Amino acid sequence: MREATDIASYLADLEDIPGTQVFTAQRARQGYHLNQCAMSLMKPENRERFKADEQAYIDEWPMSEEQKQALLARDYNRLLNLGGNIYFLAKVFSTDGISVVQGVSTMTGMSVEEYQAMMMAGGRSPVGQRSIRENN
Amino acid sequence: MARITHGIGCSHIPVLGYAHDHGKDGDDYFKPAFAGFDWTREWIMAPESRPDVVILVYNDHASAFDMKVIPTFAIGCGERYTPADEGFGPRPVPVVEGHPDLAWHIAQSLVLDEFDTTIINEMEVDHGLTVPLTMMFGDVDKWPVKVIPLAVNVVTYPPPSGNRCWALGEAISRAVSSFPEDLKVQIWGTGGMSHQLQGPRAGLINKEWDNRFLDGLTGEGQDLRHIPHIEYLRETGSEGIEMVMWLIMRGALGKSTRALHRHYHVPVSNTALGHIVLEPVDPTVPPSRTLEGSNPNA
Repeated sequence: MREATDIASYLADLEDIPGTQVFTAQRARQGYHLNQCAMSLMKPENRERFKADEQAYIDEWPMSEEQKQALLARDYNRLLNLGGNIYFLAKVFSTDGISVVQGVSTMTGMSVEEYQAMMMAGGRSPVGQRSIRENN
Repeated sequence: MARITHGIGCSHIPVLGYAHDHGKDGDDYFKPAFAGFDWTREWIMAPESRPDVVILVYNDHASAFDMKVIPTFAIGCGERYTPADEGFGPRPVPVVEGHPDLAWHIAQSLVLDEFDTTIINEMEVDHGLTVPLTMMFGDVDKWPVKVIPLAVNVVTYPPPSGNRCWALGEAISRAVSSFPEDLKVQIWGTGGMSHQLQGPRAGLINKEWDNRFLDGLTGEGQDLRHIPHIEYLRETGSEGIEMVMWLIMRGALGKSTRALHRHYHVPVSNTALGHIVLEPVDPTVPPSRTLEGSNPNA
């Protein structure tokens, strides 16, 4: 038999990756209504209602004021911090008519063109981006 | 008797479905990605290799499942599955036909073998499942195989360990080989390879790591089953964790494998594309730890 995993150290490691918000249970709980709201945009009629009046649509969901503001501002890094998950938030990209690459690039501080050029050159290297603690 | 003849590992990048559906697969950007599947498309329809059923291991991307219910492993036992609307309308691809007899047999066998999978009778399937079908079969009016979807949670933490995935593959192999009908079954592990779709570190790609992983899928090595989640996250990006699903495929192929075809390309959209076709060399079905008590890794 293997030994039980130490969940505290497992979770601490997940917070040790630069520029990355792992979708832990804590974030899943915090972001529940935010993600369910994003999920509702799978339906065409909901996309239309959202586009017609975003504030009114968002107010139907029991989200925090911070989550609502970040969603209206399309501040995806903030949304990830507040419990958003990228697969759910991607429903907002498609409602806005933007591609995943365009949506994702907004989180990196690069322009879409710079981001695409980085990908064409082989992507972002993990060197120096593996661990905050180890700085490697 | 049914038997697992081959395993396929394959990314399920949504933009490949878009490129195919819009006739862009010959464009300069997409051509190298699609060309790596030419060998497989020819091979898979040859009479000696064509499967009757594919067990397709994938993750749902907030399409069939939302946050209400999060099954770690879920098996599709339905008659058919329609393509999901992921925000741009459903993909214009055929309805996916299931194989309820084999699927229910696997579900029952897994539970008795102490893998408590969730049973799904109705769901829509997203790009995670339909893109690999497109990559292998191209433009068809009807998919030429029955498909048993096996959905794995790799979104909400913790996902299953690589070791658990490998052991599940072994249990699937036992289940298939105890099904009385003479069927050729393939198991596909999809998702990955390195990619990160979120945060300031988005765009991470690790070619060296990905290729070591592809190396490790062949032969007898079992090192891959012990890679911890944190290593996938640090080395291959937050969405690189999808590679644990390839280990379900590898575990189902038994003790040793050889690669018939391999393809790797960077980038497609935000992602590294990996593809490998594996054949079991020693197709002995691994014993159950439940019944035999002889598998310390399970």
